[in-house]
Amino acid sequence: MEFKDYYETLGIKRDASQDQVKQAYRRLARKFHPDVNKSAGAEAKFKDIGEAYEVLKDPEKRAAYDKFGANWKEGQEFKPPPNWDAGFEFSGGFTGADQQGFSDFFEELFGRGRFGAAGRRTSSFRMQGENQHAKIVIRLEDAYLGSTQTITLTRATVDESGHVRTQPHTLHVTIPKGITAGQHIRLEGQGSPGIGGGPNGDLYLEIAFADHPLFHAEGRDIHSVVALTPWEAALGATVTVPTLGGNVEMKIPAGTQGGKVLRLKGRGLSTASKRGDHYVTIRIIVPEAKTEEQKKLYREMARIMPVNPRTS
Amino acid sequence: MRKEVIYLTGTLLDEELECSLADICRYCNISAALVQEMIDEGLLCPRGHDPKEWRFSALELRRIQVTLRLQRDLRVNLPGCALVLDLLEELEDLRRRRGR
Repeated sequence: MEFKDYYETLGIKRDASQDQVKQAYRRLARKFHPDVNKSAGAEAKFKDIGEAYEVLKDPEKRAAYDKFGANWKEGQEFKPPPNWDAGFEFSGGFTGADQQGFSDFFEELFGRGRFGAAGRRTSSFRMQGENQHAKIVIRLEDAYLGSTQTITLTRATVDESGHVRTQPHTLHVTIPKGITAGQHIRLEGQGSPGIGGGPNGDLYLEIAFADHPLFHAEGRDIHSVVALTPWEAALGATVTVPTLGGNVEMKIPAGTQGGKVLRLKGRGLSTASKRGDHYVTIRIIVPEAKTEEQKKLYREMARIMPVNPRTS
Repeated sequence: MRKEVIYLTGTLLDEELECSLADICRYCNISAALVQEMIDEGLLCPRGHDPKEWRFSALELRRIQVTLRLQRDLRVNLPGCALVLDLLEELEDLRRRRGR
């Protein structure tokens, strides 16, 4: 188990006041909230911040945590000494934070029924389990054709004695053809287990696309860039263009300018009823004139085809 | 013997989604009163005139879910959520255009 430096996570000193703890948490929570911050590490960071705050905001937990001293470093191999929590009175429960996905470190020290955690869940009333949300990142190719994916999510469960444990939850899911980023798949009954025999909640999977070296999606449409030589653009040509469905031959009309966008109909993220297209933006590559002969050719072009591109 | 893997097929909530007030309450596990508050705040704009005719889109479903997370995690109130959602959508739009 790795040691977690909760003070470092919140960027505060060990002698910070409870108000400073709260302020640091609120500032960082706003900054790294996964709905607001779209960078890759934001979600993990947000969970770390929440975990740190869960401990430091509670004077009892904080005092127990402080007993480990200041010599531990983030990530260091850690084993709590026996009876580390002896002599502390713990009255507080959790105050609304979503504990799902907290670290092993947290779970070992504060999670397993200590501090009144999850005690409320052992009561006998019956209710539907919570709906769960998760974002999954898929490849554009998988959305184009439709596919099946095996995904593993972390889920918090409560055992017979009321202890919270996190468990991997593996699902095999069908990804429908033509799904786009931001759409959801609703899996009925795959959310949190119901309480007291109540029905399970639902699981919502939000789709996001992994970066692709050639393509990016805007809604149903796929965009890519194709490079042409000046003579291909000027004289017209048929070029091979990669699309999600494989290479296609595209006709370039004579006199095509750089920046022009050509459409390949129906080659985007299409479903049975909705069509997505593939848009190809033309880029013209200017060959370097290295040899004397090549330079001469450019000068010849300048003489035969005088043009001023800066006058419209 | 190889174990047969069963793939779950969910309901796709895409742009064709049209759900009623009852559906949206069930999907999001929220009360009709909260949906009404979100409509009053301009956070949701269902099609249709009265609650029986209301039809919500997938975009609205997403707005509700982000709102619930912002309320829970950051204690943002409804007018604040409406503002955040508008700004986030504008930001996404700008990022998309820049990505071209």
